[in-house]
Amino acid sequence: MTETLTETAAQPGIRTGGLETEELTVGYRTRSRSSRAVLSGLALHAAPGELTVLLGPNGAGKSTLLRTLCGLLPPLEGRIRIGGADLARTSPAALARRLAVVLTDRVDAGLLSVRELAGLGRHPHTGFTGRLTAADHAAVEWSLKAVGADHLADRPAAELSDGERQRVLTARALAQEPEVVLLDEPTAFLDVPSRVALTVLLRDLARDKGLTVVVSTHDLELALRVADAVWLVDRTSRVHAGAPEDLIRGGAVASAFDADHLAFDPLTGTFGLRRATRAAVAVDAPADVLPLVERALAREGLSVADTGAGADARVSWTEGSRFTLVGPDARTTEAHGFHELTRTARTW
Amino acid sequence: MTTPLAIEPEKPEKPSAVRPRRRRAAVVLALAAGTAALFVLTVATGSHRVPVAEVVRVLLGGAAKDPRWTVIVEEVRLPRALTATAVGAALAVAGVQMQTLFRNALADPYSLGVSSGASMGVAAVVVGTGGVAGSFTGDLAGLGRVGVVLAASIGAAAVLALVLLLSRWVRSAVTLLVIGVMIGSAATAVVGVMLVYARPERAQQFVMWGLGSFGATTWPDLRVMLPVVGAGLLLAALTAKRLNALLLGEDYARTMGLNVRRSRDLALLGTSVLAGAATAFCGPIAFLGLAVPHLTRVALGTSDHRALIPASMLAGAFLALACALLSQPPGTDSVLPLNAITSLFGAPVVITFLIRSRRGVQGVAS
Repeated sequence: MTETLTETAAQPGIRTGGLETEELTVGYRTRSRSSRAVLSGLALHAAPGELTVLLGPNGAGKSTLLRTLCGLLPPLEGRIRIGGADLARTSPAALARRLAVVLTDRVDAGLLSVRELAGLGRHPHTGFTGRLTAADHAAVEWSLKAVGADHLADRPAAELSDGERQRVLTARALAQEPEVVLLDEPTAFLDVPSRVALTVLLRDLARDKGLTVVVSTHDLELALRVADAVWLVDRTSRVHAGAPEDLIRGGAVASAFDADHLAFDPLTGTFGLRRATRAAVAVDAPADVLPLVERALAREGLSVADTGAGADARVSWTEGSRFTLVGPDARTTEAHGFHELTRTARTW
Repeated sequence: MTTPLAIEPEKPEKPSAVRPRRRRAAVVLALAAGTAALFVLTVATGSHRVPVAEVVRVLLGGAAKDPRWTVIVEEVRLPRALTATAVGAALAVAGVQMQTLFRNALADPYSLGVSSGASMGVAAVVVGTGGVAGSFTGDLAGLGRVGVVLAASIGAAAVLALVLLLSRWVRSAVTLLVIGVMIGSAATAVVGVMLVYARPERAQQFVMWGLGSFGATTWPDLRVMLPVVGAGLLLAALTAKRLNALLLGEDYARTMGLNVRRSRDLALLGTSVLAGAATAFCGPIAFLGLAVPHLTRVALGTSDHRALIPASMLAGAFLALACALLSQPPGTDSVLPLNAITSLFGAPVVITFLIRSRRGVQGVAS
């Protein structure tokens, strides 16, 4: 056993690797003495090999926390450890070899190829002149391959799509060969397929390369599906940590995000529209159509009655999405397609 | 006959990093050759034409057939060409540093008022001691020249620091440009007030100096200017790695381990010295520092400062020599004001840039 291993193993309770905080308070120093704490008493741990997602409503302090974790803001109190090393005692250059970030800043690096942009990540590894050695070039190629952007290497960075650019910026972070990667809302400007692709890519990077990946995002449903661990900032500035299912089960997700018109459904892990039910409707439809009818009726404030009893109206489905509707006034009408169905149901 | 599903022939693996590197080498070589040719041509032309072959002979240390030619080349033309070369390189590299530092495509010593700050320093010396380098070298000993360069550099640094401070709150490139113009006119106003207290002939000489010229420097001037500009260029070349890290903005630079404040101070120092020395000897020169970095980036195909800084030195020297040539139409005695020439080619570059690039308006370096 090596000395380092003994050392760390000898201290129970101190986890090794990854990113952890002790009694961390983040916020802003307004003047020399006064300060405004945004989040306090944080004891968080993001483990190597796992994708940790930072969630929370707007203005809850996600960005403040991330900027503090990557050393751009000094912590008001407490400690941050990156791979076991105290962030406050690590030189900026040494920190840059352990931790890399993707920020929300819109970058415009001018006339750089994708390879040159990713190569900027070698900054903490190169010598005085910044010349890239063969090892540096290999690291850049590896990082581009890791994010699936190696085919873009010779393209001008300015011509990339939003999704491609985030991949390349992630490659730039990887080129720093860090242990920990922090990303501040990397999916914010992306369309849905790019969001899914990038989120899954980040999880795979964590798994395959043993990286500690921490991502802040607004994309709650996707995050809860893909994340290994979640840090959830709620409205009262408390941070809940755990697996997505732990937080769903404990009600933290619902209490953080539920709003007047939105309700979190713990079973599906998704949000639904919250609407007072006006009436119950009996539905005759096969199992593969029933959920769609239910969805359509829910939009009109109607619930599906489990049994025929107690229903105010009735909807019957026949092949070709033809509906036979019996309204509360017992009048029978025909509807072709879901749009006609909802228009009729709206009059009930 | 081909089948629609014909397998594409395997493309040979592209030698990825080679082509851009070859392009950069070609651009640098072409610029070096062009600069050398223009240098000889600048020495050859003027009110009295000297044959190119004779110019080359004198430049290589020989004597021309006509001894008058040797004197013209050594005492008049060579200082002018050396001045143009050094000042062109200095302003171009100052422009590169400022454009990256401000992340603003329209930044250069002239546009942001740094040259006006340098003028203010020069005016202070003119009023205080009664001499300006370049146009007024007759009354100046070596220390006086150093004093003028120092005053110009301090004036440049003061304005640069002020604009840098203001740029924290200004996101738009165009707004910052307007602020720079305002600071420039304020500095010019201060100069105007100061000149009231100068002797009238000094004030007039100062106005002539303000039109810009490469032709007023003598060998004693060059002995001060060349080392100062050389030091400024060397400093810029040594900060190429830092400037590259700043391409993505200060936050990214910080997370890559860069000491942003020190890098900013170094760029500020280098820019002030380069702009100060250039302005002290040649007057404020418009647009060279703004246009050259853009043209060089496009020619090189990269913003990588390790290529951009050396290539900008050459391109700046090249364009300054071209302007020097144009300002003294061959065969005539008339000398056009240098700033008229640089503005005539510089203004269209800026206008083209503003029209074609939305990014310039949004406030980011191109």
